Amino acid sequence: MRSSMANFAKSNVPRFSVDVYQNEYLPEGGSEVNAIVTVTATGGGTIGSAVSAPVYPPGRGPSAAVAIMVDCSGSMDYPPTKMRGAREATAAAIDTLRDGTRFTVIGGTHVAQEVYPGGGRLAVADATTREQAKHALRRLSAGGGTAIGTWLRLADRLLSAADVTIRHGILLTDGRNEHESPEDLRATLDACAGRFTCDARGVGTDWEVKEVTGIASALLGTADIVADPAGLAADFTRMMETAMGKEVADVCLRVWTPVGTTIRFVKQVAPSVADLTDRRTEAGPRAGDYPTGSWGDESRDYHLCVAVPPAGLGQEMLAARVSLVVPDTDGTVQNLGAQGLVRAVWTDDMAASTSINPQVAHYTGQAELAQAIQKGLDLRKAGDFDGATAKLGRAVQLANASGNADTAKLLAKVVDVVDAATGTVRLKTRVAEADEMTLETRSTKTVRVKK
Amino acid sequence: MSQMPRQAALPKCPSCAEPVESGDLFCGACGYDLSVVPAASQDHPTLTMTGSAGPGDGTAGDGVAWPAPEPAGSGAPPAAHQPADLPGTDSGGAPLPGHEAGQESGAGQEAGSGVRLDRPDEPDEYPLQAPDPRLAAGAAAPADPALLCVACRAGRVDSDGYCENCGHAQPRERDHVERESGPVAAVSDRGLRHHRNEDAFAVGHTTLPDGTPVALAVVCDGVSSATRPDDASLAASQAAGDTLLAALPRGTHPQQAMHEAIVAAAQAVNALAEEPATAREHTPHQNAPACTIVGAVVTSGLLVVGWVGDSRAYWVPTDRSTPPARLTEDDSWAAQMVAAGLMSEAEAYADERAHAITGWLGADAYELEPHTASFKPDRPGAVVVCTDGLWNYAETAEEMSEVVPPDAAVRPLHGARVLVGHALDGGGHDNVTVAVLPFPAPPQGAGSA
Repeated sequence: MRSSMANFAKSNVPRFSVDVYQNEYLPEGGSEVNAIVTVTATGGGTIGSAVSAPVYPPGRGPSAAVAIMVDCSGSMDYPPTKMRGAREATAAAIDTLRDGTRFTVIGGTHVAQEVYPGGGRLAVADATTREQAKHALRRLSAGGGTAIGTWLRLADRLLSAADVTIRHGILLTDGRNEHESPEDLRATLDACAGRFTCDARGVGTDWEVKEVTGIASALLGTADIVADPAGLAADFTRMMETAMGKEVADVCLRVWTPVGTTIRFVKQVAPSVADLTDRRTEAGPRAGDYPTGSWGDESRDYHLCVAVPPAGLGQEMLAARVSLVVPDTDGTVQNLGAQGLVRAVWTDDMAASTSINPQVAHYTGQAELAQAIQKGLDLRKAGDFDGATAKLGRAVQLANASGNADTAKLLAKVVDVVDAATGTVRLKTRVAEADEMTLETRSTKTVRVKK
Repeated sequence: MSQMPRQAALPKCPSCAEPVESGDLFCGACGYDLSVVPAASQDHPTLTMTGSAGPGDGTAGDGVAWPAPEPAGSGAPPAAHQPADLPGTDSGGAPLPGHEAGQESGAGQEAGSGVRLDRPDEPDEYPLQAPDPRLAAGAAAPADPALLCVACRAGRVDSDGYCENCGHAQPRERDHVERESGPVAAVSDRGLRHHRNEDAFAVGHTTLPDGTPVALAVVCDGVSSATRPDDASLAASQAAGDTLLAALPRGTHPQQAMHEAIVAAAQAVNALAEEPATAREHTPHQNAPACTIVGAVVTSGLLVVGWVGDSRAYWVPTDRSTPPARLTEDDSWAAQMVAAGLMSEAEAYADERAHAITGWLGADAYELEPHTASFKPDRPGAVVVCTDGLWNYAETAEEMSEVVPPDAAVRPLHGARVLVGHALDGGGHDNVTVAVLPFPAPPQGAGSA
């Protein structure tokens, strides 16, 4: 079923709506309720994602501060196209900044260094500062190690000083985080989570996929591979456009569940899979907040799974109430108005209780697809080729059945597909490292339900 | 509107709205302590549906000179029948399909099977329990029980009608509805298996131009496979009841009035299909709202029934030594097969399609064919008008007669409750709605006990 509620929040903030897709009918004794919750924000300044620049009256866009973190470790000069590509990409991102946006460029090695404007400040974007910043990029040079946590901490210090709505980082690395322990990076990510959002990119093929995706996931941004440095400028422009389109930050999915219930999981399932279950913050009796980061005009889907105590046939209960809130620093919240109800109704109508909601089925498949790819690639690296073949075969089957063409294409570069429908595949003997890393980085990308 | 189902004017548990007996200390359904609530008076004013009830003249003769039914597509005036002479006629005066109504018991027919074979896959939102003013007024108990969840007794009820503690949906207004109007009464219940009540009814009484009494009941069953079945049944029962209450005092022949009432009900249901635009947009593949209808009108000498679908009317004479009868013929697949001589009754009712209905009110109906019949019983008795939620547990006229209390004609509300109770005892697989009318219609003021 589908139920919908929308509400106009105050101006300058997009209007949020919540739609719930579920089969609320449970058999006698049934206790698991699944629902896909679609959250859509509309009515802000951005028009779609392909627009070259957000449409705002001069000086009226959402206030934002951006930190661009560029890897300046010694390996960025091997080949030198990487450093050159990074400079060009950063320049392109600076050109995409809306006038009035606060910004900084940070050069990252085993320490972090302010490249522009320096002095612990942020610049305010206009024609002059943009030129100054691009000029300063010439000082970006390769040399030193990699300690990404130091870059993030500097970005956090600079961004938090600005009184703005949106705080965002763009991070580019070409290598492993070698000069810092994983625990240190983890601690930094935990400290920065909720303070700013961050997109992470790996250039070349010498970086660690799980490090880059881990940064993006912790800081609620996107992760991707830019195998060819020539592609960096276009990617940075797109990322900055998206950042400029954000209008409200720190939006949380607030989930209320009744007494006696357990939340099995809360996952973002579109545009990509991200498990939010463990990121819950308690928010009063039986309610918890799950962070979703900042929003422009966009739509995301979430899969909510709740275990409820079985009730008698004909009984109905509210299994969850989903709303959207922006927590304030003083402990209060701004409620964005929209809410969705997830229900449970017990029936002896087997046809009703055994049918699976198409959205739930689709996203269950998409989540399994992401997992199958990750498991398959891990097994392949570990030398378990039978296991890898089975997992990647299953992935091919799921990508084929759900119409996830992008992922299917990436899979076809790692395995030879004998029969997509049955998931019969053979591992390719030679796989380009870039193809394997691309598949792993993008494994969580999902497609929406075919209408 | 007067036909809107409302909180029954009868003792009910202030917590869960289940009926309670006057001597009960605790509610049998939820265990609520009734001793804190002042006992409600058993004496309830009779509710009139339209304006004045007219002074009862006390004569229950059958001397009404009926004008012939208005032509309006119908042929000869309908014949009147003795109960033993069943079947009656349809509104065109033609004999009804099938014979021995009431006697055909269907050996292969098991009670309990649902009539509709399909289900709603996208139920709509439905109205939630409105606060009962009587609770606020009557029960000045410490904690206002209206705000407490009936399931866990701990949480407050939120604006969506769910408990803020345990999440359970609260009883809705239509979950259990009881209503009396003069000599006629009806009870509707959600049953034990369905999560909402998609049945609706209307009861009323008024006087004919010659001052003699007339009582009526209309019962509708929402078709679950369609959208908003609960809206359909409510709109249909309301429209039919209003039409009868307007037409009968004007002197329209009851059988003609019944025909018009069914047409008005069909139009009311059709009108639902046009709104609201947003709901249709979201679910363009959905069927239009639909429901069945069955109605009965009793006067001092005449009994008229009308129906579309598989909701039924039964005649149960007060003298149980004389035979009862079923007064309606289902618009169902099985009934059609038998009527057409294509299958024996046993074969037809053994088929899985047996209970699929072939006639209903709603925009998806091919052609509206209201059936009406008039009877002239020669002895007093009760008319039971009901949905399949009851007759699944008392299919034949004899079975129905056995469960109708002997005093049903003089205590129609009690009778309707007993019959609903019979369905619930049997499993309550469907919504159950029962109206009981006495025949002949008693003079004004001599009605309910």
